[in-house]
Amino acid sequence: MNSGDKVFCTYADTRLKGTYITERDGKAVIKLDSGYNIGVEPALVEKSESVPAKHPEPKKIEQNEKLSKLSIISTGGTIASKIDYRTGAVTSQFEADDIIRAIPGLKDIAFFNAHVPATILSENMTPTIWRTLAKTIYDEINSGVEGIIVTHGTDTLAYSAAAMSFMVETPVPVIFVGSQRSADRPSSDNVMNGMCSAAAAKSDLGEVAVVMHATTNDDTCAIHRGTRVRKMHTSRRDAFRSVNTPPLGKVDYPSLDVKLDSHAVRRGTNEPVLNDKLEEKVGLIYFYPGMAPEIIRAHDRYKGLIIAGTGLGHTSSACIDSIRELCENGTEIVMTSQCLNGRVCDRVYDTGRDLLAAGIIEGEDMLPEAAFVKLMWVLGQENDHDRIKELMQTNLRGETGGCTPHGL
Amino acid sequence: MDYKEIGLKAGIEIHQQLDTKTKLFCRCPTVLRDTAEKNGEFQRYLRATESEMGEIDRAAEEEMKKQNRIYTYYAYDTTCLVENDEEPPSPMNPEALDLSLTIAKMMGMKPVEQIHIMRKLVIDGSNTSGFQRTSLVALNGKIPAGARIESICLEEEAAQRVEGDTFSLDRLGIPLAEITTAPDMNTPEQVREVAGYIGMLLRSTGKVKRGLGTIRQDVNISIRDGARVEIKGVQDLNLIDEVVRREVKRQQSLLYIRDELKKRGACVSEDKFDVTELFKETGSAILKRAKCILAIRLPGFNGLVGYEIQPGRRLGSEMSDYAKKCGVGGLFHTDELPAYGVTQEEVDKLREFVSAEPEDCVILVADTKKKANCAIGQIIKRAGMAFEGVPEETRKMLEEGSTAYMRPLPGAARMYPETDVLPVNITGKYWDSLSIPELLTEKEKRFFEELGLDPALAKNMAYSVRCTLFERAIEEGVKPNLAARTLYSTLRELRREGIDTKSISESDILDILKSVEKGDTAKEAVPDLLRAVSKGESVTDAMEKIAPSISREELTEMIQNILKERSDFVKEQGMRALGPVMGVVMKEARGRADGKVISEILKSEIKNML
Repeated sequence: MNSGDKVFCTYADTRLKGTYITERDGKAVIKLDSGYNIGVEPALVEKSESVPAKHPEPKKIEQNEKLSKLSIISTGGTIASKIDYRTGAVTSQFEADDIIRAIPGLKDIAFFNAHVPATILSENMTPTIWRTLAKTIYDEINSGVEGIIVTHGTDTLAYSAAAMSFMVETPVPVIFVGSQRSADRPSSDNVMNGMCSAAAAKSDLGEVAVVMHATTNDDTCAIHRGTRVRKMHTSRRDAFRSVNTPPLGKVDYPSLDVKLDSHAVRRGTNEPVLNDKLEEKVGLIYFYPGMAPEIIRAHDRYKGLIIAGTGLGHTSSACIDSIRELCENGTEIVMTSQCLNGRVCDRVYDTGRDLLAAGIIEGEDMLPEAAFVKLMWVLGQENDHDRIKELMQTNLRGETGGCTPHGL
Repeated sequence: MDYKEIGLKAGIEIHQQLDTKTKLFCRCPTVLRDTAEKNGEFQRYLRATESEMGEIDRAAEEEMKKQNRIYTYYAYDTTCLVENDEEPPSPMNPEALDLSLTIAKMMGMKPVEQIHIMRKLVIDGSNTSGFQRTSLVALNGKIPAGARIESICLEEEAAQRVEGDTFSLDRLGIPLAEITTAPDMNTPEQVREVAGYIGMLLRSTGKVKRGLGTIRQDVNISIRDGARVEIKGVQDLNLIDEVVRREVKRQQSLLYIRDELKKRGACVSEDKFDVTELFKETGSAILKRAKCILAIRLPGFNGLVGYEIQPGRRLGSEMSDYAKKCGVGGLFHTDELPAYGVTQEEVDKLREFVSAEPEDCVILVADTKKKANCAIGQIIKRAGMAFEGVPEETRKMLEEGSTAYMRPLPGAARMYPETDVLPVNITGKYWDSLSIPELLTEKEKRFFEELGLDPALAKNMAYSVRCTLFERAIEEGVKPNLAARTLYSTLRELRREGIDTKSISESDILDILKSVEKGDTAKEAVPDLLRAVSKGESVTDAMEKIAPSISREELTEMIQNILKERSDFVKEQGMRALGPVMGVVMKEARGRADGKVISEILKSEIKNML
């Protein structure tokens, strides 16, 4: 029996007509003509002679070449997801074209070039794919597009946005967008996020940003800086928040009016540069009370390690020896905070001073994830400890700043 | 009318809210709230998506015609992110599954081996997700009232409309059993009888919600040469047969119109006329205000657009229902003009302008150009359908039992799998473990035959929401009559007095009844005690205040005093004095002693006196 075969099934003394979907947990799953699926003993199902219904051909997308040109680069994720017959779960299998098809309003905003460098669930993202993505973005910038939209799974979207911020210098907007609710539901946030990201990609912005719902309402999307954004909720549509900085701007929906804040980097400020060297031997750990020093020692011979410490940036005194050993062996250790909001300062308490003496670098007000990709990138360029320290504490892509804004 | 002769076929779908602790796909309580208690609101857009078969449902497509599909939702401290469509659903509530399968078992159905949860596309705003979760749980049963039961589905209740495009999330997600019968019913009365029986059966579980809106019936009706029409949301069982009768009349009338149109050689002209100028100086406020007035001519339709097809409804009303989908308020047709401020002179000018012959009908719509254009298109569409007779469609019930067009009948394309909830296997062992509750009809019989309640009280008690409490009281030694009268009559009387009987807890009622049985208080004191408890007093305090128990000696002394004061009367009347004196004693005792005991003492004291 194949998916889509027309079948009969005699069940509960009734001859039921339906379509064979798949076999799962030892049961044949049938879609009855009423639309309901049920699972029955496979032996009860017989193939019908009738011809299976034809699936409608996907509609051809007609784009308007007169509109400004944008690139849409798909890496997979919920915004590009569809039900999988085999598992019954949602998987990423859309291509960029399907996104334009799924969001019909897009074709009135711009003419899109579509690229699919990867089709993955975002937890499967790797530095190798980052390199491919960076190259694709760079090539698209050079081809003269007005802006770029990268569709991405939301779980690691912030990491990728931060990585691209360092790997590609861009004169045009590079907008990361995703959706929290799958594209096959009438309430999906993919339409509004997609439309707003296209508007942002045409705006006066000139940096890597993330565009997602600003509130639970379908009324505004926030534009977040790629190095300052974090997913703060597992499922809400307004999960993405800027940390330690206000958002770069907002896009109203459905008007698609874009308003940029004064601190947003403007279009054309930078020249396109691709610098995709990354040191992959970098770790990121979360300190917790009672953490065994072995966990830190396990990162011996890593080129870099980010610790999300407590409060102002601490670990227990018990961990300090192991940290010192690693630093002496050449591992660059950068201290950030689990608090996320606020700045690290290891000069207030004894432990902090001990950590500084052991050789850690204060991670300023960087998010641990942003510090992580930044360290990978810095280590890809530099070997000298002082130079590495200087770069880690210098604002390169808006990931850190001299003044910490008030308010959470 | 001979309904068999005209080929009436009717089936029903009963939607019953289940009284479970939590909702079907989240752990929020199943309580309804006052909208004033909302603690948040948000706005969302909905749009139609393709099913897993790559099709868009026709009913959803129709809904997409609506210009502005933004909806507002009210949230509460008893709703969560699942209702907000911002969190994946929890596994299906096992209590609701138990209950729906128990109902299936009561109707002799067979459970589905593996239940799959589906999403049924509904983008009218009543579901935040744009779909309703539903699953087929059992198939093929039969009930004594004579109908086959095709299926039972367990689904989530939709959000309740507050007004317009605003919905309240409290009701969303309450488990709902949907029971579908085969189209086996051939008379309106049979429909009512079957619906009544299923309702009784559902209530027999003791775990269904009661009250207005907790049970809704959809009726599917067709007659020979007619078409299947689904009438949504009949809430009142007493109207269900009338709904069927009126739908039969409608289908017959539409068939008459069809034949008449064919006889006349009528047709639909698609020429649109802009007649805005014609009504520049009109006395009709609606037309005068309109930015654009469009007209069409329906050759051969004269008199038929205004033909009554149901009480208060004409073919024109059906066309108007279609037009309203475009956001216009309605239409005017020459079968009803001159009226609404339009003069005969204007009608004549209009007819002349569109070159209408006497046998033609002219239809007008007035609104913005865009809306009027859309509405004219819909009217042309519906006029064309008049040649087919009865269109298949989903209709909504109006007051009194007539109906109006809602949307086309949805197809299977509106269903696709709910990917966030795993299928549920129903094992034989689980199915066998479900026990069937006693039917209310059996209960009624038992209360009459075994407990000695009079027939009316037996029925009232069996069907009462307090039935479980009644049975518990009997189990704990309360006499059936006392329990039934208190729980049915006394509470009802108190409610009529305006007392909030809902605030009296079941255990307080039980305590009061038990104290009567123990002789600690008299049954006459029960209403006063319940009154006091409803105001927040404890049972003990209330008894102390209202009915401090009185000893047999005290009672005897009281009776002797009363008799002494009336000795002349007693001597004159003899035992006949019992009745009148009884009243005096009862008043004096104020419920502190049982009537039977009083009567016993009184009798012997009168005897002594004589």
